[in-house]
Amino acid sequence: MTTQPAIEPTLRAMADRLRALLAARGIGDPCMVGIHTGGVWVARRLHELLDLREPLGALDISFYRDDFSRIGMHPQVKPSNLPFDIEGRHIILVDDVLYTGRTIRAALNELFDYGRPASVTLAVLVERSGRELPIQADVAGLQMDLEADQQVKLSGPDDLALTVQSHADR
Amino acid sequence: MPIDKLQQDANGNLRHFLTLEGLSRSVLTEILDLAESFITVDAQSVKKVPLLRGKTIANLFFESSTRTRTTFELAAKRLSADVLNINIQTSATSKGESLLDMLHNLEAMHCDMFVVRHADSGAAHFIARHVAPHVSVVNAGDGRHAHPTQGMLDMFTIRRHKGPDFGALRVAIVGDIMHSRVARSQIHALNTLGVGELRVIAPKTLVPPEASALGVHVFHDMARGLKDVDVVIMLRLQRERMQGALIPSGGEFFQLYGLNADMLAQAKPDAIVMHPGPINRGIEIDSAVADGEQSVILEQVSNGIAVRMAVMSMCLGRAAGEGA
Repeated sequence: MTTQPAIEPTLRAMADRLRALLAARGIGDPCMVGIHTGGVWVARRLHELLDLREPLGALDISFYRDDFSRIGMHPQVKPSNLPFDIEGRHIILVDDVLYTGRTIRAALNELFDYGRPASVTLAVLVERSGRELPIQADVAGLQMDLEADQQVKLSGPDDLALTVQSHADR
Repeated sequence: MPIDKLQQDANGNLRHFLTLEGLSRSVLTEILDLAESFITVDAQSVKKVPLLRGKTIANLFFESSTRTRTTFELAAKRLSADVLNINIQTSATSKGESLLDMLHNLEAMHCDMFVVRHADSGAAHFIARHVAPHVSVVNAGDGRHAHPTQGMLDMFTIRRHKGPDFGALRVAIVGDIMHSRVARSQIHALNTLGVGELRVIAPKTLVPPEASALGVHVFHDMARGLKDVDVVIMLRLQRERMQGALIPSGGEFFQLYGLNADMLAQAKPDAIVMHPGPINRGIEIDSAVADGEQSVILEQVSNGIAVRMAVMSMCLGRAAGEGA
């Protein structure tokens, strides 16, 4: 098991890059949505750093997973909460780890069931290897080249910390 | 097969949903929590989630009930399942085909779930014992026995208004306890969830002999029974099931056991009023109360969709290939 260094500086760098990206795209008043659970923790800090006007939204993609018929219902579903109308809005979608891309695909499907956003910008704390769908982050805090049997996990919600585990560790 | 083994798999996951009797508090709480998440689907412009895409659910209503069938149908459609409403009156069973032959034909059409309503107690249980391993059965009301989704939507409605601590609540169920499968399911659920005090209020002729064994306090006086309760659940007078002169008349029943504003004043000021519907206005409940501020009767209908979504997705969310 490997413990990563403190991630506050990474989050600050992400906020700076998001600010620059939004300015370059001419986006003035975006809405931020975190994906349960780790994505919400990351989004909470980014939301503060960017000082966004709209309250933070949260998505639980459990009902949109493509492996429901294989693994069944996730026992701890948290309600999604989008406290703003997303129709025509610029959305910053935030997750902790981008791995296969399936979670992001599910989150995009769910977002579009709430309305048609003007754009979606994807920000992730960690972009790791192992993509199975053609999805990439607009802003990634860290890049990790990991083996298939390795897992990167964010712990929180206070004092966010990353750990990398391999199956042999578990 | 004992019903708990029929209803749940070896891991405790719901396979069928036939009765609340014997289900643990954790299973009931999981249903309520999941229903809470499904409520948010109403906030979406597309009021659907893709959870049961590709699944087929057949509504088999041997006893008519437009409201219950419609909420089951809506729940299935909001989960993106395909729904068949089988009109039993014109189906082959009325031409002499056996029930089991009809079920096997529906299985051959790759149905994944049967939602069954039947006038005979135990009908859903019987069907569950004979379906293929991949098929789930949900009881939408059988005789006088059980109506478990109604019981759970009532618990959901109470929890949304009164919070998760059922131990702090005093609940009264009023009316035709004897013939009510709804009351039986409510009593099982409230006891399992640890309700503080459970009362039933009814004339002696409409209280089943086993009532006190179910852990309820029986009252025959409406005003005393309603004193300081947090929740008032009125039951429908089952006039079509009433055999013999169990009550003198609807008018007299209303005088003694009907809920009007004066009677409701005995309960706590923030008490909620519930009714499983359809309401017999002026027999069980006064219109002013049914439509009043303390009434949550229409919310019960909306909540029924979320609860049925939860039950359906839990039954069909077993790992693939996991049978009995």
